[in-house]
Amino acid sequence: MSKLIVSDLTCQRGYNELFSNISFELNSGEILKISGANGSGKTSLLKILAGLNSAESGRLSINNNKVGSYDYQSDIFYLGHLPALSPELYCKENLDYLTQLNNKSPDLGLSEALTNVGLKNFDYEYAANLSAGQKRRVVLSALFITQAKVWLLDEPFTALDADGINVIETQITKHSDDGGICVLTTHQKCNLQVIRTLTL
Amino acid sequence: MNIFIKTLIRDLRMSLRNPSSFLNPLLFFVIAVSLFPLAISPESHTLSNIAPGVVWVTCMLSVLLSLNALFHYDYENGVLEQMVISNHSLPLILLAKTISHWLLTGLPIILLSPLLGMTLFLDAESIYILMLTLLLATPSLSLIGAIGASLIVGIKNSGMLLSLLTLPLYIPILIFATSAVSQSQFNLPINGQLYFLASILLISLMTSPFVSAIALKTSLD
Repeated sequence: MSKLIVSDLTCQRGYNELFSNISFELNSGEILKISGANGSGKTSLLKILAGLNSAESGRLSINNNKVGSYDYQSDIFYLGHLPALSPELYCKENLDYLTQLNNKSPDLGLSEALTNVGLKNFDYEYAANLSAGQKRRVVLSALFITQAKVWLLDEPFTALDADGINVIETQITKHSDDGGICVLTTHQKCNLQVIRTLTL
Repeated sequence: MNIFIKTLIRDLRMSLRNPSSFLNPLLFFVIAVSLFPLAISPESHTLSNIAPGVVWVTCMLSVLLSLNALFHYDYENGVLEQMVISNHSLPLILLAKTISHWLLTGLPIILLSPLLGMTLFLDAESIYILMLTLLLATPSLSLIGAIGASLIVGIKNSGMLLSLLTLPLYIPILIFATSAVSQSQFNLPINGQLYFLASILLISLMTSPFVSAIALKTSLD
């Protein structure tokens, strides 16, 4: 059982207050979709949840572990706008390092994860040679490996084709069925059983 | 510890696949040092006098040239974000990156220095001391440079700022290292300078990864 608690979160960027006093709780199996206009602070909220940015005020914790603590950081998997891939490395090396930084599960190999997102035989392809959608798939294949309980996905479906979106949606649903928590932002229509929506 | 080795191998692999990243500063070092005899005087006495300063100043500038790339690419493609939010120790990851930077800039400079020392008419003993000072101090250059590089992450066209931040911290190293080599030419004792260089190395080794980690988190926030 995991529980993500966010209370009274306020975020300020420059002189602008993006959002103030946001509070919510997510329990095991819940998926939260954050929606809002461009510039409303969706990415900022996810970055704060990931421990990358600091909030002006407020508290957040996973199972009573505060953000920044070893346990909190072990529980999250964050995927931002940037590709998180190094062009000089092969897909497999990139994925290996990404999962080393996060938590690695022993039961699924890197090649299998790449095959799952439709990149069979791409193990030894340089990330530089991939299209935008394929790069996104490589990073998203980490979802098949990570053991993190809370997934924070910022626009995960960008650049993906219908088939790619389907694969990732299935994986997110499986994660939620397994008792995981997922917070995502997207402007695209998705078929996820979104349990809750937060509008900024 | 696993993440330390993984990061070290990853960074070395990336640099070796993109050799210009570390060959450019190294070429700059060789070319700049070998231009001095042409510009000043081919006389052995003059050259051996200025040799310690020439080699050391050029070494510093070439390390400075390579520092920009230390975190820049990982920042641009988002891997740095993943490093910061990882549950592994960020100072350990940054130490691995800094050591890989030293292995590809400091170490080749040390290996090339006897050859360049010979072209500047340094005697065998002074070349030995020159290599010793480089061995003691180039890791400090990378470590101190890492602090500067982590402060300017995310700032565009920050080369000038990096020099302004880093060079003042390099000055003590420059003073002790060049004076050690110069004094050795006159058979004067140089233990004091070497001890200072060693202590600077120890202090930077202990503090730099932690300071860089804090600076990096602040830069990304």
